[in-house]
Formats: sequence, C-alpha cells, structure tokens
Amino acid sequence: MNVIKRMTVTRSIAALFAVLAVLLSPSMATAQDSDVALRQAIAGLGAEKGYARLREAINVVAQTGDPRAARVLGALTEGDVYRRADDGAVVIVSGRGQQLTLHDPVTGEAIGTAPKSALDKVRVNNSVRRSVRAALGGLTLAAGDPDIRMTAARTLIATPDPDSLAAIEKAISDEEDDAVRDALENARAGAILFSGADPETRIAAIETIRNMGGQQALSLLARMPASPDQGVLQAAEDAAASVQKRLQYWGLGQNIWYGVSLGSVLLLAAIGLAITFGVMGVINMAHGEMVMLGAYTTFTVQEVMRTSFPGLLDWSLPIALPLAFLVAGSVGFALERGVIRFLYGRPLETLLATWGVSLVLQQSVRTLFGPSNREVSNPSFMSGAFQLGEISVTWNRLYIVVFALVVFAVLLYAINRTSLGLRMRAVTQNRRMAAAMGIRTPWVDALTFALGSGIAGIAGVALSQIDNVSPNLGQGYIIDSFMVVVFGGVGNLWGTLIAALSLGVANKFLEPFAGAVLGKILVLVFIILFIQRRPRGLFALKGRAVDA
Amino acid sequence: MITGYFLRQGLNRWIIASLVVILAIGILVPAANLLLPAGHPLHVPSYIVALFGKYLCYALLALSLDLVWGYVGILSLGHGAFFALGGYAMGMYLMRQIGTRGVYGDPTLPDFMVFLNWKELPWFWSGFDQFWFAAIMVMLAPGLLAFVFGWFAFRSRVTGVYLSIITQAMTYALMLAFFRNDMGFGGNNGLTDFKDILGYSIQSDQTRAALFLSSAVALALGVLLVGALGASRYGKLMVAVRDAEDRTRFLGYRPEFVKLFAFTASAVMAGIAGALYVPQVGIINPGEFAPANSIEIVIWTAVGGRGTIIGPIIGAILVNAGKSAFTGLFPEYWLFALGALFIAVTLFLPKGIVGTAMHGWDALQRLRAARRHEEGRHDGPAASQPEAAE
Repeated sequence: MNVIKRMTVTRSIAALFAVLAVLLSPSMATAQDSDVALRQAIAGLGAEKGYARLREAINVVAQTGDPRAARVLGALTEGDVYRRADDGAVVIVSGRGQQLTLHDPVTGEAIGTAPKSALDKVRVNNSVRRSVRAALGGLTLAAGDPDIRMTAARTLIATPDPDSLAAIEKAISDEEDDAVRDALENARAGAILFSGADPETRIAAIETIRNMGGQQALSLLARMPASPDQGVLQAAEDAAASVQKRLQYWGLGQNIWYGVSLGSVLLLAAIGLAITFGVMGVINMAHGEMVMLGAYTTFTVQEVMRTSFPGLLDWSLPIALPLAFLVAGSVGFALERGVIRFLYGRPLETLLATWGVSLVLQQSVRTLFGPSNREVSNPSFMSGAFQLGEISVTWNRLYIVVFALVVFAVLLYAINRTSLGLRMRAVTQNRRMAAAMGIRTPWVDALTFALGSGIAGIAGVALSQIDNVSPNLGQGYIIDSFMVVVFGGVGNLWGTLIAALSLGVANKFLEPFAGAVLGKILVLVFIILFIQRRPRGLFALKGRAVDA
Repeated sequence: MITGYFLRQGLNRWIIASLVVILAIGILVPAANLLLPAGHPLHVPSYIVALFGKYLCYALLALSLDLVWGYVGILSLGHGAFFALGGYAMGMYLMRQIGTRGVYGDPTLPDFMVFLNWKELPWFWSGFDQFWFAAIMVMLAPGLLAFVFGWFAFRSRVTGVYLSIITQAMTYALMLAFFRNDMGFGGNNGLTDFKDILGYSIQSDQTRAALFLSSAVALALGVLLVGALGASRYGKLMVAVRDAEDRTRFLGYRPEFVKLFAFTASAVMAGIAGALYVPQVGIINPGEFAPANSIEIVIWTAVGGRGTIIGPIIGAILVNAGKSAFTGLFPEYWLFALGALFIAVTLFLPKGIVGTAMHGWDALQRLRAARRHEEGRHDGPAASQPEAAE
C-alpha cells in the first residue's frame, strides 16, 4: 500500500486510476470475502449451545486465520461477549451496571447501548478458555511481525494443547524465520506429548523437547500424560534426567555470573581502598563515604538533568563520572592535607580520625539531602535483561562488571605507565630515597590519596545503579572493602581483583546452602581465619620495607 | 590475701582516690534517690540514677578496652561484641524470669519463640533460668570468644591494623548472625520486656539503686584489677609488649600469652559491663554488635586518655553525658560533634585529657625542681624522674 501511495505522488491521476483498478480491486474483494467469513464464524459463537459446540465454533473462528478474530476471542475469555436476545447477534460489551455499551465484534466500534436484560452472556469454562488460548496462539502465529510470532510460539510451548496441532503444522510450513520455526517445532513436540499420538511420534517429540532443554522442558516432561508404552516412559525419564543435568550446569553458570557480578561490586568498592590502604598504608575509614559522595553526585546530576535538560537524562551517568571523581577526589585531597598527613606513622590514630571524618561526611549529606533513600534511575540502555542460554543477565549488572574491569585497567595503567604512578611507586618503596631524587613526597601523597578517593567516587556512580543511595551507603561497603584488600594482599592491585572476584563467587555459591546472611558470615569467618594463616594476604609483597 | 599483696606493691594514690570516689558515688546517688523526699534539693530523680548507672557500665567497658589498648597496644574494634555477649547472657536469664507473664503466657518459651512457632527451648537456652548459671555465662561467653579469637590471632602474630580490622569483622559477623531469627536470640528485636531480676521487679527504684551500686562496685573492682595489674610485674611486661613486642620476645618472654591474658580478661570485664547494662536499659538487641558502637568505645578511651586508669572512666562519662545533652538539644549535630571529637582528639590530644593533664603535672614538677636547682636549693632527685612511656 505504501509503495502505491508513494507512486500516486509522482505519477499522474490517470496512472493512479489505472493502478488502482488493476492492483487493488482483487485484494479489496478478498478482504470483503474474509470479512463475511469472519462475521459468519463469529455469529456461530452465539448460535451454539453447550461448551463442546462452543469450542468447535471457536475453532471455526480461528480457522479463518483473520487476525481481527483475536479481539472477540480475547473478549470471550474475559466474559465480555454477549448475544443480543432479539436478533441473536454476537457483540462485545463494556461498562458496568444495567446499561451496557455494545461494540462490533470485528472492528470494535461502539454500536450503541442496550440494557443488561436484553443480552445473554456467552458462558465459558476452563476448557473453553484453553481452546481460546490455543486459537489465539494460532492466530498470532500468522502475524507479520516475527517477534509477535515468536511470543506466540513461546506461549504455545508453555501451554501445550493437542487441539492447536493443526494450526502449528500450518504455521511451520509457512514460517520463514529459522528461530521462530525452531520454537514452533518445540511447540509441536509439546502438543504431541499431550496428544494420543503413536509411541514413535511421541518418542521423537520427547527427543525434541530434550534438545530444547530448560525448566520448561522439565515441566512438560513431568506434566505429560502417562503412556502405557514402556519405550515412551523410558525416553521421557532419560530426557528428564538429561535436561536436569544440563540445568545444573546452567545453574552453575548462573551462580558464577552472580558471583562475578557481586565480585565486581566488591572490586569497585575496594579498588580505591587498594590505593589508599594498599599502596599508601593509610587506614581510611572514610572510604565508604567517598563512595557515597560519588553516588550523591550522580543523584544531583540526574536531578539537574531532569529539571533543566530532559533530553540529556540518559547521559547523566557519563556526565556524573568525571564529576564524582572530582568531588570525591577533592574531598580526599582536603582530607589528606588537613588530617592524615599529621598522622603518618600512627595507623591506629589515622583509623580513628578518618572514622570521625566519615561521621561528619555522613551527617553533612544527611543534612543536605535528607536521611531517606534517594532514587537514581537506570538509564534506558542499562535497564532490562537478556537471556544467555538459561542464564538471565541484567544489563545494569553487565555494565557494572565491564565498568569495574575498565576502572581496574585504567588504574593499573595509571600506576604502571604514568609519571604520577612512577612517583607514587617510588615514594611507597623508599620515601627518603624518592625525596632525595627530587620528588615532592608530600605532594605525591596528597595526589595518591586524591586518586584513591576519586576512584571510590567513580565506584559510587556505578553502585548508585544497584544500591539505595542513602547517607549510610558507604558504611555497608567499608568492612567488605577492607576484607577484599587484606585478603588480596596489601599493595597488590591484581590481588585485589582476584580477591574481589573469588569472594563474590564464594559468597554466591554458599548462598543456596547457607542462606544469604549465613553465607556472608561464613565468608567473613573464612577471611578472619585466612588472615591468621597468611597475615599479608593472598599475594603478599615480599621484602623488608613491607614489614615496617 | 591477693588484695593485700597488690596493696603492698603500692597502689598509686590516684587509684585509691578514684576507688573511694566511685564507691562513694555508688552509695550516695542511690541513697539520695531513695532516702531523700522528692522535693529535697539533693534528691536525685530516678531517671538520673538509670542514666548514670548506664554511664558506669560504659565506664567499665572503656576501662576494659583501656586494658588491651592502653597497656598492651591491641586496638580492638570489636569490644562491643564482648559487651553485647555479656548483655545477651543476662538478657536470656531475664527472659526466662518472665515465665507466664509474657504475651503468649508460655511458661518456658520466651514470646519470640512462641511467635516463631518453636516447640521447645533450644539447648543453649537451658540453664539460663538459674542466676548463677547466667552469671557464669556472662563471663564465660565473651571470655571464651576472646580466648579462641586471641589464641589464633596472637599466635600467628596478627598485629596492628590487621588485628583491628579482623576484630571489626568479628563483631560485624556476630551482628549479622544475631540479626537472624534462626539463631534463637530474638533476631532483630533482641530480648526485651523484662519483668524481674532475682525476684525483684526490674522497674522499682530499689532494684535500680541496687543495680547502680553493683555497677559502681564492678567498676571499682575493675579499677582495682587494672591498677594492680598495671603496678605488677606482669603490667611491666604488658607495657613492654606494647612498646617493643619483638624486643620482649627476644628477651625470652612470650608476648602472645601476655596479649592473650589481657585480651581475655578485658573481654570478661566487657561482658560484666554488658550484663549490668541490660537490666538498667531493659533491652539488648543486635545493634549493640554494630562496628560503629565498638569504635565509639575507642573514642571514649581516647578522649579520657589511654594507658591511664581514670582516663577511660572520665572519657566514657564525659562523651556519653555530651551525647545525652546533644541528642536532647540539637539531635542533628551530634554526629558532627562526635566526628569532630574523633579528629580533634587524635590530632591535638593524643594522650587524652587525663594523659595530657598528667604530662602537664609532671612537666610542672620538673620545672619547679629545675627552678629550685637554679636557686641553689637543690634538695632531691625529683628532676631525674623518667617520663612515662607512651
């Protein structure tokens, strides 16, 4: 039609008439034919008495293959289809009370009102509803959009019905999309399981279902009606066992993914600490509050975008990243210059002073933003999920994993390949020698601390996507962060990475057996015991300077 | 007599003075509450008795931390756990005393267990209907935890901040554990709604007075213990471990045993403080295990002056009185004040109030001696007094 319309713009009116006459008249005629056929079929819904007859009528409607039939069938399951008492016409009604609005069953247009007493309801039961579902599945199987056909095929797999076999067979032969055809084959196999087909066919169907796999295959095999044939029973049992086994592997994969996802959160939270505590040896109890500052920066940026630049709302995270780095970094810089530099060599006092700073920061944020949780929404590219085999992966988790690895790589680069990184390492390894070489060690200290804090701020941007943004956000991470850094080995970035990921995975594997809280406790106890065995962590730096 | 031995060893007159003051407060405050009529100018209202009773428990807790931090140099960020364990042991006794007076009226099961549909008492609750058993557990539970924890930690020479961080992880893990309903300690709500202790109503002024006196006596005993330990040969060893652990080891001592003893003794003290605290406030819940609470104990000790005996007591009472006043007047500024206190004390007052005062006093003495020396009236070796080790 579009093509034709475009042609009308360019060609002469005469040409238009010619084209219309030649091309459109036959299709108009078939449309009218199908309209009549559909109306007749629908009229059958009202004429028949009894559920069995009604089901047959529904099949007649479905066999027209007309997508418009979906309206009346949908209304039927809702109990909105009535028969007008005077002429027996089938109508869809809406509204409540005594006076109901009538709609045309094909077009859905309002065609007046009628009192309730002048209408007879077309009654349905569960078996009718099943027929309707199957018929609807068959109807949407003919839709133009492959996504809709796919959804229909999935529905058919979930609700296998031998009655829809014919519709599925027809759809398979018409289908051009491979993925949809596969789904349809599965649907057919499912329907065969529930039909009275001969053993060979059923065993073949079981094979198909077995290859399909997944929780759904398992439930189909479990629900399948018992068969007198030993071969079928055996095949079903084997298939169920094999599907179960495959599900277990997928479950393992899913757990690993959850673990990696949790590990990346731990990594993000701990990586800044790996700089301030690991490299500088400063016990920064205000580290969690740097993360919190990053999260609140994100919140503020998002609010500004929402009120002033709604078009850029999706960009608020990328905009918040450098800002969070700057905010947390400058607070860290001020903290180092104002407090920590007076306490070098007194780690326990540093711990107390930075705890004080964390209290002040928390209360400042509480005073500024209020004590309640603030909502930071996911940008559109981060919402939703996708299915990888049997593993469901949410986009925001995937982004956070990738983001954590990117931050890690950048940090590694900054430490190993930049001039600041070189000076940082020099000061850590031998402060006096570095000073003798002309490095301004106090300045390097301040910048290093600012870098660690800034990274924590960046972590806050990512964590705002999965955690509640509240003044207490940081406190939840501080102990975990220290555990990760200590477990990985102080002063070793790779150790932090491995510690974060392995703790995350360990946590998720313990959860199914022990529950979330007990799992966490077990991990904590494990780390406490581990530190007894290897006080310097997994990957300890060797050398005398470290012990000082 | 052990006490006599300690006294012969020479208890500092400061300690004797503070013992007298604590016991005097312990007797006079409840007396002023019970004996004087309400209108009398010296009458102490009941809520003040309860409040100061709480402070006395905090003081004992701070003193217990001082024993490990001030004398042996172990900064424990998990002392709140020992305090809470002692508190839970006492709370379990008090729960069992409720009997049929609970909401569900079950003679043996506490309300929360009935609510959770438990049919019988878990094994670890048995025995807690006897006071003597609870009293033993008050000391045994924290002591045992500290012993086991310390045994592993000190033997493998976990020191400094690492030790601090794992003590913090310990109390955090315990907090998570006690928050679980399945643990059988009342979960989130903890233990509360106590009715009576040893047959006396927990609400009555007489019981409160007795609890106040007990807290004062416990604190006095704590002061006596820490003072005696500090003055003894063992105290010298503790300070030696604090100041130069390796050197002490090279001299043939076993620093891990010194630490283990101090840590366990300190945990027992903290447990007793918790046990006296719970009947006075009427509730114990997992919030007491929160790492933030344990760090607050550290700041009480730091404000008063670690390594001194009366410092932690003064610090605990001052900071908590400040907290009560602040949270009453400007609740939103309390955390600012507490945070500023942390920073200011570590930066400007590392010895704490008492430590600084003692330092000043020593300096003044030296100055006077030097002046006398200058004036040609040199009469004693006062100027050669060594400065107290940090």
